[in-house]
Amino acid sequence: MTTVLIALAVLAVLGAVFGAILGFASKVFAVEKDPKEEAVLECLPGANCGGCGYPGCSGYAAAVASGKAPVNLCAVGEGPVAAKIAEIMGVENVSVVRQEAVVHCTGGGVDHTKFNYLGIKDCLSASLVAGGPLDCAYGCLGFGTCMKACPFDAIHVKDGVAVVDHDKCMACGKCVEVCPRHIISLEPFKTKKHVTIPCSSKAKGPVVTKVCTDGCIGCGICAKACPKEAITLVDNLARIDYEKCVGCGICASKCPRHLITVDDKPSTFQPVPKKAEVTEEAQEPKVATETPAPTMTEETLTPEIAKAEGEVISETTQEAKKEPEVVKTKETLKDPKPAEDTSKVE
Amino acid sequence: MDVQKLITIALGAILINNFIFSQFLGICPFMGVSKSSETAVGMGLAVTFVMGLASAVCYPINKYILVSEVIFPNAVDNLKFMQTIVFILVIASLVQFIEMFLQKTMPSLYTALGVYLPLITTNCAVLGVVLQNVQNDYSFIESVVYGVTGGLGFLLAIYLFSAIREKLQFSENPKSFDGFPIALVTAGLLALCFGGFSGLNIFG
Repeated sequence: MTTVLIALAVLAVLGAVFGAILGFASKVFAVEKDPKEEAVLECLPGANCGGCGYPGCSGYAAAVASGKAPVNLCAVGEGPVAAKIAEIMGVENVSVVRQEAVVHCTGGGVDHTKFNYLGIKDCLSASLVAGGPLDCAYGCLGFGTCMKACPFDAIHVKDGVAVVDHDKCMACGKCVEVCPRHIISLEPFKTKKHVTIPCSSKAKGPVVTKVCTDGCIGCGICAKACPKEAITLVDNLARIDYEKCVGCGICASKCPRHLITVDDKPSTFQPVPKKAEVTEEAQEPKVATETPAPTMTEETLTPEIAKAEGEVISETTQEAKKEPEVVKTKETLKDPKPAEDTSKVE
Repeated sequence: MDVQKLITIALGAILINNFIFSQFLGICPFMGVSKSSETAVGMGLAVTFVMGLASAVCYPINKYILVSEVIFPNAVDNLKFMQTIVFILVIASLVQFIEMFLQKTMPSLYTALGVYLPLITTNCAVLGVVLQNVQNDYSFIESVVYGVTGGLGFLLAIYLFSAIREKLQFSENPKSFDGFPIALVTAGLLALCFGGFSGLNIFG
């Protein structure tokens, strides 16, 4: 009995002593934290993705609290979080442009391979073997290095090419960093419809047509067609300046390779009810084609016209297929037909 | 002080009686924090640090309180049976204390080890090392040496394992083996390799 009592007493005393030491230590060794920092940290999503360029959310919170970082760097939390942080810091909020990762490859060249690669299933190691198994030196290798890097499960390899799930993408930029081909980039999704050129090939037109069914041949038709002069040709590749792009989609309708894509962005824009869509499809397209393109500024791009524009694209692309004489550049004039045939097969 | 015995204890703790591979203590952080060698080294260093300190702190508590000949003249009465619970209490408080201490005095070391320290609070390798110190009747110096080298053995094991796991990520496994199962198989094979050291006979 006495042993039990002694044991209890010893444990109680030890516990009390250690408790006292810890309590004392927490006072003596208390590190003064900026209350703002903790408040900011509470607003952040806590994904610790590092997309802001700081080591995790706590690192970013510390940088914001000390005034070294702007309040709107968190791509995951977007506007609401930036607004909260701005409130805490007493700064005026700067609006966050939503960004998303875009893979600049359609996978049109997956069937054109130089050799059968059987090594480690990783894009970097595959790209080290004679520049990768693909004939196209710029195409997606499809081994999913980006997929493994993505902390949000937002990028997947489908049919040999990486595809971004736009609902899940938080624009942290991890995939952009790891891609050994540098074909993924973050693009601002600010227009109602996002226009993308999903190709990274800087090769000349004839080379591209040999190795890929959809690659950009650098014909420049889109650049001429663009009412805002947002598209420029650099190294045989059309590029969109998103500062100027209004998302009208005219370039997509003119592209002889049907490469340029126009996406709806369902995550932030209210989708038009399906029924309305169908009726518009039936009536609107012709009216919309007659609308003079240059007047299509961001303000006039009401959802309805934008919707109609979307339909126009599908219409006019079919037209373009029927009339290849739209294509004026030498490279494309050589053989626009075979390329289209293969794309149809795919 | 017998240097030869200290070397024997050290080599024994690192290679022959490696905490992970031959005693199977501390498997939880071994599997959990070994996905990249960077974090593995951080964890290994933190464990080494805490094991050494825990050995040093637990030794006097055991000797002068639990099995003290002054308090308990009759050896039957002493509190030897309380060792496990008291040591857990000591280690948990010690880790908390170290964390606070480091955060204030050595912020750089805190940022290097800080994340891993709370994970070690209930690590069985730390408890194991202090209990073995008692069972083997080690002196104070021997206890500390056993604690630190035991931690170094843990560091070696987790670093080797993490390096293999980094390579393992790129391997093509059967689907059912992917991820954790293949890591366990690998750990088993590594343990087999370390089994080879068990034949070592230091200093005759």
